[in-house]
Amino acid sequence: MGCTASDVIAALRAAAVVMAEHRDELVNLDRAIGDADHGENMRRGFTALLSKLDSSPPETPGAALKLLATTLISTVGGAAGPLYGTAFLRAATAVGDLAELDGAAVAKALHAALDGVVARGKAEVGDKTMVDALVPAVSAAEAAGGEVDAVLKAAADAAASGAESTVPLVARKGRASYLGERSAGHLDPGARSTSLLLRSFADSARVAR
Amino acid sequence: MRPVEEPKVGLVIVSHSEMLASGIAELATQMAPQVDVEAVGGTPDGGLGTDYDSVCAALVSADSGAGVVVLYDLGSAKMTAEMAVESADDPARFALVDAPVVEGAVAAAVASQGGAHLRDVAAAAVGASGEAPVQAAPARPALHLVTDPLSVEIELTNDVGLHARPAALLARTVAELDADVLVRYRDSEANAASVLALMGLGAPGGESVEVIATGKDAREAVRRIEELAERGFDD
Repeated sequence: MGCTASDVIAALRAAAVVMAEHRDELVNLDRAIGDADHGENMRRGFTALLSKLDSSPPETPGAALKLLATTLISTVGGAAGPLYGTAFLRAATAVGDLAELDGAAVAKALHAALDGVVARGKAEVGDKTMVDALVPAVSAAEAAGGEVDAVLKAAADAAASGAESTVPLVARKGRASYLGERSAGHLDPGARSTSLLLRSFADSARVAR
Repeated sequence: MRPVEEPKVGLVIVSHSEMLASGIAELATQMAPQVDVEAVGGTPDGGLGTDYDSVCAALVSADSGAGVVVLYDLGSAKMTAEMAVESADDPARFALVDAPVVEGAVAAAVASQGGAHLRDVAAAAVGASGEAPVQAAPARPALHLVTDPLSVEIELTNDVGLHARPAALLARTVAELDADVLVRYRDSEANAASVLALMGLGAPGGESVEVIATGKDAREAVRRIEELAERGFDD
């Protein structure tokens, strides 16, 4: 069973709730090693998405992802705007105008998203960024195969451990890199939000099934 | 009424802070009054951050036909500027440069004021990094090795010497000429195309500097600088 436009819209609405619930957590993570705005930026971006979903509901999964991308680019204000914006824009391009996404299409979209983040932010694994969550997530998604829920669950599990792996790292990209050694010992907020989003998408896919 | 002139390369300063962007624009415009320097900083609600739509609007507004050089401060400012340039109707009209934002903006503005084209204005910004006057080992081919350099000693008759405004005037004076001009004060040398390098000489009023010019317009360059000095740099 595939994932239709209304499934994707439901998943994005659920993700907006998750971003609002975790706003303070992300702000606090970002306060430790950044500029303390990541949680508020993500909440603002996804809240803006909700009103756009109401006013002009997208008709394909790709259109929904593109709406998310352009909304995040316009409203987030921090690095997460261009990074997630590029990620979801590439994901939207990868799925094209498919009416329904299967597991393989979702894995392909995740891979395109990762390529977009890397192209935009130039980060590598080990730099203490969202790439540390996304790289293992894409590998796991591609290895998992199967239906959308299985692919997203594998991605979410791998992203969670990938995010945890950022704790001891010294940041080499982004605002946290200015802290040098002092950035070690903290979870990277971008890796955490990536992990939260993938978990939320996986939960939505499981419920839809 | 001003005579009709070629459009000048515009500048966009993208910062996390509206105050920072405006301050840099103010500084750059002081030395290049005819250049459109657009400051864009902060989020629409007045917070710190960068706003994609504002950057897109600034790119359009700064382009009067000669293209735009875009400078930025930190991480997301760069990424937001990149995305805005990528989404422009003609991305080739915009040059996003990795340069120290203050020095780069001043250098680019002065180059644009002198009539430089997009590529050269961008190069002026990039070249502004670490721009101390050349000391013992000049980075560029030493001009005294070039045949027939024109050399003349010039007294700085104004009070402040080669400070910001006079340095900008001097750089502007030679910018449009086909000549390499070097200004030497004591043991330091500066490329006259670079306002910051000229200021870095620290040559005060009452002192003399040596002007060394090569190239097709070397004579004209020296003549103009002499004239400028005689007028006391219009101070």
